[in-house]
Amino acid sequence: MTATLPLPTKRDEAWRYADLKALEPIWPKLDGPEKVTVADGESASRQITVLPMIDGVGIVDLDITIGDNATFAIHVLVSAADYGRIQVKATLGKGAHFELGGAILGSGTQTLEIVTETIHAQPNATSNQVVRSVLAGKATGSFLGRINVVRDAQKTDAAQSVKAMLLDRTATANAKPELEIFADDVKCAHGATVGELDKQALFYMAARGLPPELAQKLMLQAFIADAFVSMDDDEQRAIIEEKALAVLEKLS
Amino acid sequence: MLKIENLHANVGDTEILKGLSLELNAGEIHAIMGPNGAGKSTLSYALGGRPNYEITSGSVDFDGQDLLELDPHERAAAGIFLGFQYPVEIPGVSNLQFLRESLNSQRKSRSEEPLSGAEFIKLAKEKAGLLKMDMDMLKRAVNVGFSGGEKKRNEMVQMGIIDPKLAILDETDSGLDIDALRVVGSGINAIMRKPDKAVLLITHYQRLLDLVKPDFVHVLAGGRIVKTGGPELALQLEEEGYEAVAA
Repeated sequence: MTATLPLPTKRDEAWRYADLKALEPIWPKLDGPEKVTVADGESASRQITVLPMIDGVGIVDLDITIGDNATFAIHVLVSAADYGRIQVKATLGKGAHFELGGAILGSGTQTLEIVTETIHAQPNATSNQVVRSVLAGKATGSFLGRINVVRDAQKTDAAQSVKAMLLDRTATANAKPELEIFADDVKCAHGATVGELDKQALFYMAARGLPPELAQKLMLQAFIADAFVSMDDDEQRAIIEEKALAVLEKLS
Repeated sequence: MLKIENLHANVGDTEILKGLSLELNAGEIHAIMGPNGAGKSTLSYALGGRPNYEITSGSVDFDGQDLLELDPHERAAAGIFLGFQYPVEIPGVSNLQFLRESLNSQRKSRSEEPLSGAEFIKLAKEKAGLLKMDMDMLKRAVNVGFSGGEKKRNEMVQMGIIDPKLAILDETDSGLDIDALRVVGSGINAIMRKPDKAVLLITHYQRLLDLVKPDFVHVLAGGRIVKTGGPELALQLEEEGYEAVAA
């Protein structure tokens, strides 16, 4: 994404579900991806939140190179007022690990997305991506996750788990895993579901005395917790979960 | 305490309860027995206010309140506990969190002070002990990975913690082995056999009634109570079957 490049179109797979109208005015101001390098054997992490009260349009673009036996973990909360996009390209060295946990929380006409490209360029590397979306109103939440395993990247272990919860039938969830595998001794697991709150569970909770709004809150809180469970730092996890909870409370 | 008069209820387009009347007083334990499809579970769900269980006519009075006017969570706060035939799993929500939130929601609606974390844990430990349930299970997600018997035992721990006025227990004995049945039976007695409480036990088998002695036994067939008697009626049913007794 640089000022010299033309605005992407919907024909461009990585921008298929994007809100291009919201993107247009800020497109020339975007600098292109922020480059992050994690040196061999090191570990680094980052937490990013794109929140409606701060960001009308919030776009984060990262190009991460993870050295041999290095680890990079990123946890994101996407809920920009109009359009929020987290785009991450991760290139993994030998025995490296890439972890992504993301929550997409949207209502109204918000368009929110997480787009990842994970390149297993060397053998023995692992990656794990967990995305949980809660969508109400006419919001659109999308996850596009491409995984490339190059010819020599044997013993790659890559996993993607994508789940979306629709609070209204008018909301939209897109989940698109895309695997390109050229090595023959690899494990790539991916799962995607789109569902609604379990009505039986809601009645069960009501029968124990929980008002509907509290029952729903408990269930959604548990649902999105999956996205942050891999955070090592308890304090950071508490901060991002609290922010997520604040957004959730405004959704329903 | 509970007075059901001429209750008619539909599930979808099908009428299941067809003029059911029943009265429970404080201090009483009533058993409802009946063939499959008679409407036993429908009765418990209708009393609990489950969505899609539509009351088409009749009335239910609970301690002077029109029960049918209340939402499910308000019925719970009013003092009704529904023991589920198939307790529901809630991934990611721990039993302790679930029960503390539930109990405190009930207390709040009755203008009572919420229990603190420490007070709640003490209460939960006591009730889990009564039902011989490991506290570790209460830290796990609600019913997730529990066996059928553990789920039923968990229902009774929940009942102990919530301490309702009226318990409606839908086949709480199904899925329990003999030892677990004994534990659950003595749990029901310890928690609910009190002068200010009442129990409606829905069951297929005499065995639970040996442990929790009912004051009244009703036969539910075709959406109505067709026969009422004392504990001897359950024995007669066990011997002769529904068809002979209810005919």
